[in-house]
Amino acid sequence: MRYLPHTAQDRREMLAAIGAASVDDLYRDVPHSARLGGLVDLPRHQGELAVERDIAGLAAKNRPAGSMASFLGGGAYRHHVPSSVDHLIQRGEFLTSYTPYQPEVTQGTLQMLFEFQTQVALISGMDVANASMYDGATGAAEAVLMANRVTKRAKALLSGGLHPHYREVIETYGRWSGFSVKAAAADVSGVEDLASRIDAETSCVVVQNPSIFGRIHDYAALAAAAQNAGALLVVVVTEAVSLGLLKPPGEMGADIFVGEGQSIGNALNFGGPYVGLFATRDKYVRQMPGRLTGETVDADGRRGWVLTLSTREQHIRREKATSNICTNSGLCALAFCIHLSLLGEDGFTRLAQINHAHAVQLAEKLGGVKGVSLVNDSFFNEFTLKLPKPASEVVERLVDKGVLAGVPASRLWPDQPDLANHLIVAATETNTEAEMDLFARSLAEVL
Amino acid sequence: MDKSQGRTARPDAAPAAEIVTASGHRGLQTEEKLIFEQGEPGRTGVDLPAPPKVADRLNGLKRQRPVGLPGLSEPQVIRHFTRLSQKNYAIDSGLYPLGSCTMKHNPRLNEKMARLPGLADIHPLQPVSTVQGALELMDRLAHWLKTLTGMPAVALTPGAGAHGEFCGMVAIRAALDAKGQQSRKRVLVPESAHGTNPATAAACGFTVDAIPADDRGRVDLAAFKAKLGPDVAAIMLTNPNTCGLFEPDIVTIAKALHEAGGYFYCDGANFNAIAGRVRPADLGIDAMHINLHKTFSTPHGGGGPGSGPVVFSEALAPYVPLPYVVHGKDGFRLVEGREGKAEPLGRLKTFHGQMGMFVRALTYMLSHGADGIRQASEDAVLNANYLLARLKDVMSPAFDGPCMHECLFDDSFLKDTGVSTLDFAKALIDEGFHPMTMYFPLVVHGALLIEPTESETRASLDEFVGSLRSLATRAKQGEAASFHAAPRLTPRRRLDETRAARQPVLRWKPAAPTRQAAE
Amino acid sequence: MAEIRFTKEHEWIRIEGDTGTVGISDYAQGQLGDVVFVEVPEVGKKVSKGAQAAVVESVKAASEVYAPVSGEVTAANAALAGNPGLVNASAMGDGWFFKLKLSNKAELGELMDEAAYKAYVAGLG
Repeated sequence: MRYLPHTAQDRREMLAAIGAASVDDLYRDVPHSARLGGLVDLPRHQGELAVERDIAGLAAKNRPAGSMASFLGGGAYRHHVPSSVDHLIQRGEFLTSYTPYQPEVTQGTLQMLFEFQTQVALISGMDVANASMYDGATGAAEAVLMANRVTKRAKALLSGGLHPHYREVIETYGRWSGFSVKAAAADVSGVEDLASRIDAETSCVVVQNPSIFGRIHDYAALAAAAQNAGALLVVVVTEAVSLGLLKPPGEMGADIFVGEGQSIGNALNFGGPYVGLFATRDKYVRQMPGRLTGETVDADGRRGWVLTLSTREQHIRREKATSNICTNSGLCALAFCIHLSLLGEDGFTRLAQINHAHAVQLAEKLGGVKGVSLVNDSFFNEFTLKLPKPASEVVERLVDKGVLAGVPASRLWPDQPDLANHLIVAATETNTEAEMDLFARSLAEVL
Repeated sequence: MDKSQGRTARPDAAPAAEIVTASGHRGLQTEEKLIFEQGEPGRTGVDLPAPPKVADRLNGLKRQRPVGLPGLSEPQVIRHFTRLSQKNYAIDSGLYPLGSCTMKHNPRLNEKMARLPGLADIHPLQPVSTVQGALELMDRLAHWLKTLTGMPAVALTPGAGAHGEFCGMVAIRAALDAKGQQSRKRVLVPESAHGTNPATAAACGFTVDAIPADDRGRVDLAAFKAKLGPDVAAIMLTNPNTCGLFEPDIVTIAKALHEAGGYFYCDGANFNAIAGRVRPADLGIDAMHINLHKTFSTPHGGGGPGSGPVVFSEALAPYVPLPYVVHGKDGFRLVEGREGKAEPLGRLKTFHGQMGMFVRALTYMLSHGADGIRQASEDAVLNANYLLARLKDVMSPAFDGPCMHECLFDDSFLKDTGVSTLDFAKALIDEGFHPMTMYFPLVVHGALLIEPTESETRASLDEFVGSLRSLATRAKQGEAASFHAAPRLTPRRRLDETRAARQPVLRWKPAAPTRQAAE
Repeated sequence: MAEIRFTKEHEWIRIEGDTGTVGISDYAQGQLGDVVFVEVPEVGKKVSKGAQAAVVESVKAASEVYAPVSGEVTAANAALAGNPGLVNASAMGDGWFFKLKLSNKAELGELMDEAAYKAYVAGLG
């Protein structure tokens, strides 16, 4: 077995050094009823070539987004990731290191996390960010828990423009952690009035920008309304690239920013692993979940970094911790940090401009197809179309034409027949004009 | 004729310790500024085309101010992160005996497989007809996990161990609620448990009741039985436990608990000691998370991403979270809403779980096979017992052996030496090793928890033993001062954590303009 | 002269009239190590004897501080926010946490005086 270095002789000699007759001796605390005599019913070990064939066979049964014209979004976006990102994150010193609990021998990870925290704070316009969460939806649930701690209230008000999966994760946490969730109806047209629904029990209002339907909002007035009522405003951004072009949540008065960072540095990966972004105001930092890296000096007075404010965390506070999270999304945060370092100010803003321009072009082409109407009056790189037929059928038929046409709203709201004809479509820098034309032509053919 | 021009082929023997360099670098140990201190406006590491000219549709909400990101070229970025990486200790570079964390070798085949376009470049919301291979892969991973544990069901979605604990504990809550037993709120948690256990129980609305350990490092069976009652919802027990010991009474504990109407949650962080040799189902467990990033070697990545699938007994199987994979008429299906009798416990992550980690874990399992997984467990246990045997005369084992995959020492061997567990661990860094886990579990004073894993050769274990024995001897010989000063050979020496916490600096900020610049 | 009393949880309370000033003992600050953060109660908060009133954190530990007796918080030490090290430097003086208006002076009888506390700490080994 290529991963196991011991020879039979090694094992014999080591057992002798231990004073054990056999390895079974070492398992003598296991009750007899629970000892497996032989091997479990699974295949034996295999060499690299055989395993590679097996896994590649499974991969071949999928149709990668890159092999088609893909316009899928809905919380995960296909962007170009520079080749140096994947090269650097595969360096063993990053890949095979643990959480940086020993700062003298993990300054690399710690400095990177400090840079990551700074990047997240900058793009969101917030004061301070943590070292990442599992993903956007779990980050949103943690934001509600944090708002509950800050306000000592226990009711979250969710926008109808929030990604339904984010709503469901918040509802799961609410149901089992004991806070109530009031979710507004799916807000296709962007007319919901959340401010009037804030009451004395509301701990936070959770909105998304752009909304799941792609619409862009200014939440400044809602932030003020929430704060006047003693509640916090949580702004969720599922497409991190949008922050290169849009007024950031911090400038709208958000108290907590939650983002899905997958778009920057990370592949689609069929939904994970991704990286949750989480930032807040300075005054709330001690209520923030997750790990934090801070600057300090070493015994010789040289600048260095450590994990800090860890008394908020489970390994010290145990049942009084701000969150039960231990492992987060370090390597995905590294990918994010490297990609954003490569982009820089000019690259990040330009990438956002290209995304928006492609979406505008696509909206014009698709809006020109007979029977199709554009629902949004504003959008970044994703918008919603209303089709004359159920969107899921259209999407299935377009697969045959080499087009992944978008996310049918029915996939996200299976119980809402009124949304059956809505299709959520995204364009990124990866989409060519030829792909857009193929999409428009094929859509016309199947309608 | 002197062709050497003064060059000599033999090094001088002058001491290097006090050398001061103009650059601040010390040979291969380089000082590296923050990206924010290296950037220049107008510089970039990507070449993007000019955006097509369009009338914007931004509703007047265009960003008005610069983001403030630094501009770096690709070579700068490569050098920056390469230099940062060189400040990290890693499994690739040495033995990483961090108890309870399972720092085993991370095969590169796993990385290669996870990057196949057919697995990495698929969108979670593609039509299921286009992702049959992905669903099949999840189904196969589920089959391996179920077979190895003997459990009938598995939830794949949890993002890491603590998330898995949350999943398992809310499933228990749901099952109790379905039986009308809302009043069962007390969860028994041994004092030696991972901090995540009580944190999770509290997050799910349970109250935590600590069970003491006996003097053998095991759950005190009498104390446990005395705590059973009609309000007990569950026990959260790590097995093998955090002292590195198998709980010999586990079957008795499970039986007594079940008779009292409670559920058995097992923290599977240490499954790597018994995988292929013991099936948790045969121990009476109702739910257990498996850290794929520990037992099945998906890399730790400097702190994640992890993956924490949870296996369930028949009693809890109806409560698996959404979404999950089922066999349908025309292939695999993804269930994303309520189907069937019981109400699932809801959604835990944005999408379907940590697919990239599933690929790595399945690749690892196929590589090892049933025989290799069993052998890996045995070798991990063998290595830990070998360390215990070779160190027990100079260090102080907390409990008698045999241990499982990790061995635990207390700090009594350092008594009256002036050297603390922390000092001892920091001195180990200068010896070229990552420290063991310190001060955990809490039930042992000054704990040192060593987990070598199966990846190490005997020679590497012997070298490690040599360092530990030497340090233990030096501590006893009164060299405390050198321990207090350790580490000295690292990019940074001990860091001032008090300062970091008293005046938190959690992000870079541009220096305030000096008066001169302002004028 | 002000009298001072101690709890088994290592809080002290100095009584002046019907007001008590509360902090943690020098022994407690030594056990905690460098204090990095103190969460003090809001003025006006009513606390009952033994209830959690404050939190004190070092780098590696967080501890609850309990009200030695019942009462209403009349002041909190604002200086601790900027300088939590006061608790280490002057546990019994400038590092005080909060002041209470006592609601039941009889509860003081259940606390230790300085000599009894010294003996109690000595017994902790």
